Amino acid sequence: MTLFLQQFVNGIALGSVYSLVALGLTLVYGVLKVPNFAHGALYMAGAYVTYVMLTSFGASYMVAMAVSIAVLAVLGGSMEWLVFRRLEGKSPVHAMIAALGMLFFMEGTADVIWGPTFRQVPSPFNDVVTLLGVSITEQRILVIVAAVAVMVGLYLLLKRTLVGMSIEAMAQDREGALLVGIDTRRVALLTFAISGVLAAAAGSLIAPLLLVFPNMGELIILKAFVIVILGGMGSVPGAILGGYLLALAETMAGTYVSFAFSELIAFALLVLVLVVRPTGLFEKGV
Amino acid sequence: MEFPRARGVGVSLLLLTAIVFPLIVDNPYLVSVVVTAYVTAIAVYGLDVMLGYTGQLSLAQGGFFGVGGYTAGILMASYDVSFWIALPVAVAMTSALGYLIGLAALRTRGDYFAIFTLAVGVMIVIIIERWEDVTGGTDGLIGVPAPSGVGPLQFDSLTAQYYLILFFLVVTIYVVWSLMDSLVGRTFVAVRNSEELARAVGIDAGRTHQLAFVLSAALAGLGGVLYAVFLGYIGPAMGGVQMTFMMLVYLMIGGVASLAGPLLGTLLVTGLMQVLQAFAEYQMMALGPILVVVIIFFPHGLAGLAGHAKRLFQRRGG
Repeated sequence: MTLFLQQFVNGIALGSVYSLVALGLTLVYGVLKVPNFAHGALYMAGAYVTYVMLTSFGASYMVAMAVSIAVLAVLGGSMEWLVFRRLEGKSPVHAMIAALGMLFFMEGTADVIWGPTFRQVPSPFNDVVTLLGVSITEQRILVIVAAVAVMVGLYLLLKRTLVGMSIEAMAQDREGALLVGIDTRRVALLTFAISGVLAAAAGSLIAPLLLVFPNMGELIILKAFVIVILGGMGSVPGAILGGYLLALAETMAGTYVSFAFSELIAFALLVLVLVVRPTGLFEKGV
Repeated sequence: MEFPRARGVGVSLLLLTAIVFPLIVDNPYLVSVVVTAYVTAIAVYGLDVMLGYTGQLSLAQGGFFGVGGYTAGILMASYDVSFWIALPVAVAMTSALGYLIGLAALRTRGDYFAIFTLAVGVMIVIIIERWEDVTGGTDGLIGVPAPSGVGPLQFDSLTAQYYLILFFLVVTIYVVWSLMDSLVGRTFVAVRNSEELARAVGIDAGRTHQLAFVLSAALAGLGGVLYAVFLGYIGPAMGGVQMTFMMLVYLMIGGVASLAGPLLGTLLVTGLMQVLQAFAEYQMMALGPILVVVIIFFPHGLAGLAGHAKRLFQRRGG
C-alpha cells in the first residue's frame, strides 16, 4: 500500500508536468489548428534558462523560474510572429514542417551552447517530507502545487478576462471571432506566448527531478500529443485530465509491470484511439 | 504526359554525367559523399511519394530507413546472409511494416497522420535501442559486409559500389516517374487535391493512400539497406527523427512533387555540408531556419524556382 501511495504521488507530480506541456500544445492547436512540433523545444529551453540562472547567475530558484517564464513567453510569441503568421492560409503541412524546422533549430542551438551532456539542476528543496509512510521531496510538492496554481491561473485567464475569452472564441470559430472585432493576430501571438509560459513552468519545475539535455523535449512532446488527442485537440480539461491519467498509468506500469512497458503505454494508447475513434475520445461537439 | 525530346536529352546527359563521374573524379572521398547522397535520395523519393503526391507528411521515414538498414545489416553481419537475399527480405519487411502501420495511420489525415507517424518513428528508435541482443543497442553493429559478387561482377571497390547504388537510384526514379505518369499516379494527385471529389468520381482513396504509403516505406527500406551496406555499419541514429528531418530538408530544398527535386536537394545539401564540415556543429542550428525560410518563401524549392524561371523565359521569348 505504501508503495502504491508513493508511486501515486510520483505519478501526480509527473502528471502535473505532462498536463502543463499538453495545455500549451492544446491551446495553440485550438487557435491555429496546427500541431506545434516545436513545443517540446520550448519546454527544453525553459529548463535550460532555469539551469543557467541557477548555476551561472546564482539566482534563487523562484527568480530563475520567473526569468525562464519571461524568456519563454517572448520565445513562444516570436515563433508565431516570425513564422506561423507568415504561413496563414497555406496548407497546414507547411506549418508542420516549419515547426519541425524550429524544433531542430532550438535543439541544435542548445547543443552548440551546452553540448549533448546531461546537466543536473540543483534544487534548494531537497528535504524529504514523510506522510503516511510516503516520503516526498519538497521539489515534488512544489511541482504539484505550482502546477495546480498555474492551471487555476490559466482557467481564470480563459474564463474571466477578455483576452482569455478571445482565445476561446478564436478556437471555436476563427472567422466569427474576426467578425466580432477580435484582433485574431494579437490573440494568436498571445496564445503562443502563453504556451511558452506553460512550457517554461513545466520545464523549470521538473528540471531538478530529471536531467536537462538538448532532446529532452522529444519524448514528452509525443506524450503531450497523445494526451491532447485523447482529451480532444483544443480541449483544456481534456489536456489536464489526460496528463494526470497518462502519468499515473505510466508510473503504475513502471512499478508493477516493467519500465519498458511503461514507455510503450503512450504509444499503445495512441494506436488504440486511432483504431477505435480517430477523432479523439472526448472531442467536444461543435 | 508525353516525354518531350528536350527532356529526354536532358535526362540522358544527366545519366551520362552520373556514369562517368567516378571515372573522371579521382577522389574517393568525393565519390563516397555522392554515393551517400544517392542512397539517402532513394528514401527521399519515398518521402516525396507521400508528401508530394498524396499531400500527407509521413514522419516515420527515418524509422523505415532504419528498419530496412537493420534488417539487412543484422542478416548480413550476424547471420552471414548474402546481400542479394538480405536486400529483398529487408525491403519486403519494411513494406509489410508500412502496410500494417498504414492500416492504423491512414485512418487519419493531415496533422493526426503526421503525429502518428512521428510516434512510429520514435518507437522504432526505442525498440532498436532496447533490443540490444539483436541490434547492438545504442552502439549499433559493425561489420556489415560489402555485397557479394554476381558472376564476373565484384562489389568490393568503391567504384563498383557507386554503380550498384546508382543502378538502384535510377530504378527508383524510374518507378516513381512511371507510377506518377500512370493512372495510379493521377489518382494520388486527385486524392491530394480533394479527397471528397476523388471519392465522388469513384476513386478508392483509402487504397490509394495505402499504396503510396507502402511504396514510400519500401523506398525508405531500400535506401536503408544500401546505407547500411555502404557504410558497413548500422546505428540507431540512422532510424532517428533527425534522419527524417534531414530527408525533409533535402526534399523541401530540392522541390516537393517534382521528379528532380529529391535528388537535386539531397546532392546539393549533402555536398554543402561536406564543404562546410568545419562548421558541422552548427549544422542543425542552420538547417532549421533554412527549412523555415524555404517553406515560407520558396515552398516549391529549387525545382519550383527552375520551373518559374523557365516560364518567365518562355513568356519573354514568345
